[in-house]
Amino acid sequence: MFELELIQDALSQGIPLTRAQALYLYCNVDLLRLGKMADAQRKHLHPAGEVGFVVDRNVNYTNICSCQCRFCAFYRDISDPEGYVLSEAQICAKVEELVECGGTQLLMQGGIHPELPLSWFEQLFALLRRRFPTVQIHSLSPAEVVHLAAHAGISLRACIQRLQAAGLESIPGGGAEVLVDAVRRHISPNKIGWRKWAEVMETAHELGMKTTATLMFGCGETPEQLVEHLVRVREIQARSGGFTAFISWSYQPDNTELGHEIRHGATGTDYLRVVALSRLVLDNVPNIQASWVTQGARMAQVALRFGANDMGGTMLEENVVAAAGVSFRMSQPEIIHLIRAAGFTPVRRTTKYAVLERY
Amino acid sequence: MKSLLGQIRTKIETDTRISDAEALQLFESDDLLAIGELADLANRKKNGLRVFFNVNRHINYTNVCVNHCRFCAFCREGNEPDAYTYNLSQVLEKAAEANAAGATELHMVGGLHPELPFEFYLRLMATIKANNPTIKIKAFTAVEIDYFARISGLEVEEVIRELKRLGLDSTPGGGAEIFDAGVRSQICPEKISAQRWLEVTEKIHAGGLKSNATMLFGHVETYAHRVDHMRRLRELQDRTGGFQAFIPLAFQTQNSNIKVEHGPDGIDCLKTLAISRIYLDNFQHIKAYWVMLGLKVAQVALCFGVNDLDGTVVEEKIGHDAGADSPQALGKEEIIRQIRSAGRTPVERDTLYQDLQVY
Repeated sequence: MFELELIQDALSQGIPLTRAQALYLYCNVDLLRLGKMADAQRKHLHPAGEVGFVVDRNVNYTNICSCQCRFCAFYRDISDPEGYVLSEAQICAKVEELVECGGTQLLMQGGIHPELPLSWFEQLFALLRRRFPTVQIHSLSPAEVVHLAAHAGISLRACIQRLQAAGLESIPGGGAEVLVDAVRRHISPNKIGWRKWAEVMETAHELGMKTTATLMFGCGETPEQLVEHLVRVREIQARSGGFTAFISWSYQPDNTELGHEIRHGATGTDYLRVVALSRLVLDNVPNIQASWVTQGARMAQVALRFGANDMGGTMLEENVVAAAGVSFRMSQPEIIHLIRAAGFTPVRRTTKYAVLERY
Repeated sequence: MKSLLGQIRTKIETDTRISDAEALQLFESDDLLAIGELADLANRKKNGLRVFFNVNRHINYTNVCVNHCRFCAFCREGNEPDAYTYNLSQVLEKAAEANAAGATELHMVGGLHPELPFEFYLRLMATIKANNPTIKIKAFTAVEIDYFARISGLEVEEVIRELKRLGLDSTPGGGAEIFDAGVRSQICPEKISAQRWLEVTEKIHAGGLKSNATMLFGHVETYAHRVDHMRRLRELQDRTGGFQAFIPLAFQTQNSNIKVEHGPDGIDCLKTLAISRIYLDNFQHIKAYWVMLGLKVAQVALCFGVNDLDGTVVEEKIGHDAGADSPQALGKEEIIRQIRSAGRTPVERDTLYQDLQVY
């Protein structure tokens, strides 16, 4: 109880929580109390009571991936008959549909394709920017950027600069999983380590790019490792300041190699605890997104009372989570309804959180 | 609002009933977490940290029904190609499977079949019991019992006596929907009236059988209708004490003839469960029926006043025909894990809420 008072004092004075305090909250504090603390923090940071969403589309340009993470149900080997790479024309057709629906964000991610060169992306982004100037290209991820730089034999900074010049506006925080290498070695042994992930993000921020940060929990990490992840995100943010949002989701075990070891996904209370904790620890990250794609519409809406202040994208198309056996669908009117029913004002926003329309 | 919540807290602490007006004010409040805390307090006073589940199996013996309720996606005309009625040996086969899988209860409900005679149901009871003497049969809603009286020309009391004599152990709480006559005329005009439902249920209790009570929410009804529904249940329970659990059922929008724009959202589900816990002070148990809520919301509800997570279910047709995206069955281990994850103690129960095993 005394511990909790100290934490509440720290929060009210705007002092970042220590690892020990975060761990205490995560492991010892009642769900509803944790929720109330996070809700108060959310209200403090976003007093207007607005909850945002962005009209976007996921385009997975390829499922061929050399990383072959053990938690992933989406990747295929380059020799696999189910492997694909979308053509420029296919991608443009998808973006065209997005524009027709009033979409403003393109979330294009793939596998780590061993052969697609940096120039392929430069041409693609330049073309997309020319044809669809209202669409913000929020694409790739640190692991893809690192691969492209290595493939081109240039520095990370030079690679990001070239992508930026071609039209890449921001980088989603995917592939963070848990930013602790002991966990990464187990679940994604071929993927970049946490320091490399941080380096991409900090470099992008230095170049004036905004990015997001994510967490995939429930993949066997300890509470200490989960807290470490949050603290590392907060420290990166303190140095470079470019994270617009933090998004957590739970590992989906179906159809994955890791699923033989970890058969059960996180529960509803697990998810809400992580959302609430992230709001409390990440005092320097402005927005916390709820993940309806992995948790369903009902849980995402409930998360708005546990610290989240954004519903993420409408996701005209989603393939990666669907490959792991979970496929929820949401329309823009439904998102607006859920936000309103939770007692907030729905706001359609851009990738950089500029308000486009209030409902 | 603060004073309302404080006032209700005092009432819970002093075992005083809340009024209809107070319940309505709770429904109109956005303060989900405060309502949750009150419900949690009320539940802990009654049930501590224990959460019940059972190992059961649903058998929906026919989907042929003369009632055609407009919200129902399950009912068929006898001549439709996907109409079905299990014969005695099919039911026995499913009962035997359930028995072999360690089930302690069969949950049996079906449509109001135009041709099956009352003798069929009597034979069903007798044969199931003869073959599975230890399994408890929870079957037939008040709507079916009323129908049996009509097709057999017997008094309701005699119908209950005969079914009980041959093996019926308790009855489920279905068919209550929303008691308000105006709502019933919109959603289930051919179904028995609220008055009749309550009358038959009173006779079930008088005949020495326990039952549950449900409420189908999230369609055309108002909050006031929900409170009115719960008030009638609370009054009947005062007289008979025969209700075991209250089970709010979230309306499923798909394949229903009632066109509502949005089904009940996550916050509405949790709020409704929580308020029912606070209002129905004479009900020992509030059940979160995961088939219709979704497992994550049902599990979170354990922190919002709920002390029963239903059962393993195995083969559910009614909610799934209406688009429920929950799984068909849950393993016992998974239910135990879900309950533990909410910080509660799993208790396997029998049909009459006797402990079978504490985990």
